[in-house]
Amino acid sequence: MTTKTEQAHIQKAFQERMDEDELMNCMRCGFCLPSCPTYIESGQQETQSPRGRIALMKAVVDGLIEPDEEVERSLSLCLGCRACEQVCPSGVRYGHLLEEARDIIAQHKRMPLHVRLVRKLVFAGLFPYQERMRKATAFLGWYQRSGLRAIVRKTGLLRLLPASFRQMERVLPDVPTAKEMKNRPHRLNPDEPAKKRVAFFTGCLMDTMFMTTNDATMRLLQLAGCEVIIPPSQGCCGALHGHGGEKEMAKELAKRNIAAFEQLDVDYIVTNAGGCGAFLLEYDHLLKDDPEWCDRAAAFAAKIKDVSEVLVELEFHQLPLRVAPQTITYQDSCHLRNVMKTASAPRRLLRAIEGAEFREMKDADRCCGSAGIYNLVEPEMSMQILDYKMEMAKQTKATTIVTANPGCLLQMKLGIERAGLTESVRAVHIVDLLLEAAEGAQAVREEERIRQTS
Amino acid sequence: MIPNEAKKRLIQIVGAENYDDTKAGRLVYSYDATPQFQSLPDAVVAPRNTQEVAEIAKICNEYRIPIVPRGSGTNLCAGTCPVEGGIVLLFKHMNRILEIDEENLTATVQPGVITLDLMRAVEEKGLFYPPDPGSMKISTIGGNISENSGGLRGLKYGVTRDYVLGLEVVLANGDVIRTGGKLAKDVAGYDLTRLLVGAEGTLGIVTEATLKLIPMPETKQTMLALYQDLEAAARSVSKIIANQIIPATLEFLDQPTLEVVEDYARIGLPTDVKAVLLIEQDGPKEVVERDMKKMADICRSEQAVSVELARSEEEAEALRTARRAALSALARLKPTTILEDATVPRSEIAKMVKAINEIAAKYQLKICTFGHAGDGNLHPTCPTDARNREEMERVEKAFEEIFAKAIELGGTITGEHGVGAMKAPYLEWKLGPAGIAAMKAIKQALDPNNIMNPGKVFAKSTRKRVVVTR
Repeated sequence: MTTKTEQAHIQKAFQERMDEDELMNCMRCGFCLPSCPTYIESGQQETQSPRGRIALMKAVVDGLIEPDEEVERSLSLCLGCRACEQVCPSGVRYGHLLEEARDIIAQHKRMPLHVRLVRKLVFAGLFPYQERMRKATAFLGWYQRSGLRAIVRKTGLLRLLPASFRQMERVLPDVPTAKEMKNRPHRLNPDEPAKKRVAFFTGCLMDTMFMTTNDATMRLLQLAGCEVIIPPSQGCCGALHGHGGEKEMAKELAKRNIAAFEQLDVDYIVTNAGGCGAFLLEYDHLLKDDPEWCDRAAAFAAKIKDVSEVLVELEFHQLPLRVAPQTITYQDSCHLRNVMKTASAPRRLLRAIEGAEFREMKDADRCCGSAGIYNLVEPEMSMQILDYKMEMAKQTKATTIVTANPGCLLQMKLGIERAGLTESVRAVHIVDLLLEAAEGAQAVREEERIRQTS
Repeated sequence: MIPNEAKKRLIQIVGAENYDDTKAGRLVYSYDATPQFQSLPDAVVAPRNTQEVAEIAKICNEYRIPIVPRGSGTNLCAGTCPVEGGIVLLFKHMNRILEIDEENLTATVQPGVITLDLMRAVEEKGLFYPPDPGSMKISTIGGNISENSGGLRGLKYGVTRDYVLGLEVVLANGDVIRTGGKLAKDVAGYDLTRLLVGAEGTLGIVTEATLKLIPMPETKQTMLALYQDLEAAARSVSKIIANQIIPATLEFLDQPTLEVVEDYARIGLPTDVKAVLLIEQDGPKEVVERDMKKMADICRSEQAVSVELARSEEEAEALRTARRAALSALARLKPTTILEDATVPRSEIAKMVKAINEIAAKYQLKICTFGHAGDGNLHPTCPTDARNREEMERVEKAFEEIFAKAIELGGTITGEHGVGAMKAPYLEWKLGPAGIAAMKAIKQALDPNNIMNPGKVFAKSTRKRVVVTR
């Protein structure tokens, strides 16, 4: 709860910092309403719609209302999926407004001690340091492999955690060991003469908990004819900080990444996580008021490209790709689709896989409810959204649900578990499936070659 | 303020979860899509059925609490802005399609049904509900009925009014009446159905509607005619009508509108021409082909620089969607977007377009024009900034001149957006004092305590009439 003094400070900061032109740019036509998952799931509550949230932000700026609990509640229940921006004829950059508003509230609100401690630990103590991320992941690996997990699960110790954390624990992937996470490559050669020279943005979670997906990404880039540079001084993109009201920290991380990549002479900076890619793409906005960095940020952002776009450009989908017969469907990563505007490339790649029948899911472009750490902090709404998603997924009869972002991937796994489909349905990151398909086709060729020579 | 006693009774009716008087909850129902109108309601109430609506009306009548029925708040005349406070009535629980009657070709719906959802549902049965306001993706049937919404297909198929056969309405005193029915003919008494459609919630609350459906046209074709001369495009419109062709859609977009729409939709609209006509015809294949050819010839004879058919239904749909987004896309240009919907007889379209441009020049304003040219309904739109007082005054003067010109040409101040709070000061220009008095008499008879959407349609004072000398 915010005190009156805090509210006054928040209001003042709104008046000083919120972009009034952008707020006025919303002409309240309501075209965004049908695209908003929280508006739909809340039974059409205007406080849970983009138009309503913008009106609330503007009313705080105008002094019509105080930034009270309801205002805060409305803003914190937003997924930040930015589907509304896609359909906004006026071109309101809602995401930027939301980010600024959340940052203002987080910076002026005195949170309970335990929340402050956790935030400090996670935002400042963990994510910015890749070495600590590795240690944490290694610890998780030890937990998974040592038998401790089995004991914990058996004894019901997990029940001490909130339900949302408990569920998350179940769907976490088997993570690599500390040894495996050491000695990451710095440069990889293409399989054929290089068509492109690219840099790979490894990310923090992707290079630890989802390391195999990163490896698959780099392998695909090699197969497609890329020389891949992986600068070791890069780190977390800062999306979590930016969306969580820690904008200043996000800026520091952005600068580190820009410095890590700007000297490289590369065609693209490739990402494989929609959430990170979208945040990197908007570094220029993040640093727009910093004269020393804004141009450098813009140059950096101009090179950001999702791996699926790079693969399509290099005609990877023309290569032989094959998997065992199965039906697949694709769940868009919101930020990949709505911010990076990448929606057709992943589908083109998936349609090119022999053996896989691609079926489009209804409302595939609607958020799955993962939304960064939303599923942990707003479990109720998140699960409601997820259950709808699983209904749609079930209708396709897909046995493989493909996503393009680690958060979405975990959420889909969770959805599969909740729907009781663990035996029949799997969730995979698109690059993992593509590598499986490339190797599958390779294996078939090998077999044929052996058969012909024998 | 709502007296405590009334609040208690309202909560008893709808349940605490359907009564919201928190500040944030009220703020988000303080506006609709009309610029410069905002006013907080005292509470927001979401009834679950007609009975509850009737009980709410009784209480409000007793305590003199204004009731503002609201769909999705997309109207453009401040029709749902609670300018005198009171309660905003939501229909989120009353949003079911009750029946699609394939024998009588009717649909019976609750007011909260989204227009597009109804269209899709009837299309599945090979039927057609034509009224297609720009906001149909989110607008509700209840809102469409109360505002008598038009749309792109108005010219050939008419507007919402032409598809409402019967209504269930809660009156100010809590009485529930039923008008009309599943009937093609019905002259039993006054045509209250027609009176209530477009009454903007000032006479009663629509709680159910029986709508007319028609068979789905067999085929449809879409084309785009490009012009380097604005008035030539407008002349083509009048000439098509004069040649006794009634296309399904005949839309006009000028260059500034094309630019912003293309910026949003990115579908390859031409931005290097002065105006575009979006023309559609539907019906039996032979008729469609013949009409399209005739219209293409007319356009060419009026110096269209290019006339091209859409290659696929996807392309045609992209064009229609882009056109529907025109207004909101214009909001990209400036912080405030003032839009009007002056309407003139179709023969006068060219004169109106010319007058709009002259008025814009006179007041040094940018006015973009688009609209349903085929039915004489234009949307001159002025991108401006509400913070710039001096410019806002010029905008107001310019639009007053546009209204006056429209009336002079035999037209009206609003073709499809409604009067609401926004155009109330100008209504007398169109109706005259006797016309206003007749309408007020109806209002007084049905809502003596003036609780039904007060502050709308009738103004406290009328604007001084602008004299146009041209």
